[in-house]
Amino acid sequence: MAIEVRIPTILRTYTAGAKSVEGSGATLGEVLGDLESRHHGLRDRLVDDAGLRRFVNVYLNDEDVRFLGGLETPVADGDTVTVLPAVAGGGS
Amino acid sequence: MLTISPELQAKIVAHARADHPDEACGVIAGPAGSDRPQRFIPMLNAERSPTFYRFDSMEQLRVWREMDERGEEPVVIYHSHTATQAYPSRTDISYASEPGAHYVVVSTRDPDQVEFRSFRIVDGLVTEEEVQVAGGDREREPGVE
Repeated sequence: MAIEVRIPTILRTYTAGAKSVEGSGATLGEVLGDLESRHHGLRDRLVDDAGLRRFVNVYLNDEDVRFLGGLETPVADGDTVTVLPAVAGGGS
Repeated sequence: MLTISPELQAKIVAHARADHPDEACGVIAGPAGSDRPQRFIPMLNAERSPTFYRFDSMEQLRVWREMDERGEEPVVIYHSHTATQAYPSRTDISYASEPGAHYVVVSTRDPDQVEFRSFRIVDGLVTEEEVQVAGGDREREPGVE
C-alpha cells in the first residue's frame, strides 16, 4: 500500500529534493521505517528513543498524530502524511 | 536584507504590543521565490507564555497548506520577546527550521521604544540583516541593543 509523505524544505536533503515520497506500512512507524531504507537519515530527524520528536509535527491527513496514536497510528492506502517542523522559540 | 512595507511592519509591532506580556508570533507570506512579504498572518501562540512561543499545530497545517495552494512561502516568521532584546535566543536558534525565511524578532520590553530586527538562521548560525522599510520615509530601522 502506498502512503504519500510530504517532506518540508529543511528535510529535502534526505529525499534528493523531492517534496513528497511514498512509503508503505500498516502504521506511521512502519512507514517511517520503510522510508529510512531509501532515504537514510530521515527517520532520525523525526523520531528519537521516546517516539516522535517534540518539535516535529506529523499529520495523518488532517489530524496531528499526537492526538491519534503517535507512531502506532494505523495508516491506509491513499493516506497522506505531512511533516512540518514546529515553529517555536522564545525569549529566555 | 529584509524589505518590508511600513504597513506590515506596523502590523507586526501592533500584534506584539497587543499580546504583551505573552509572546506573539506569526508569518508574512509572499509569492515563492519573490522574497517579498505580502500577506500578514498572525498566529496563535499555543504556549500563551511570556518566555516561549509555538505555533498551534493544527493552525500551522492549515496556514502552510493555504500557502502551498497559493504558491506562497513563509517569507517572514516573526515573534516577540517581552523582557529581553530583539535578538534570537538559544531556543530560537535551535528550533529555527525555515532556512529561507527572514526571522524577525520584536522586543516589547520598552513600551515606548520599538526594537525590530531581522535575521537569517541557518544550521544554527545567526546573521543579522538590514531592514529596509520601503514605501515610507524611514529608510532603515536600526536595531537597538
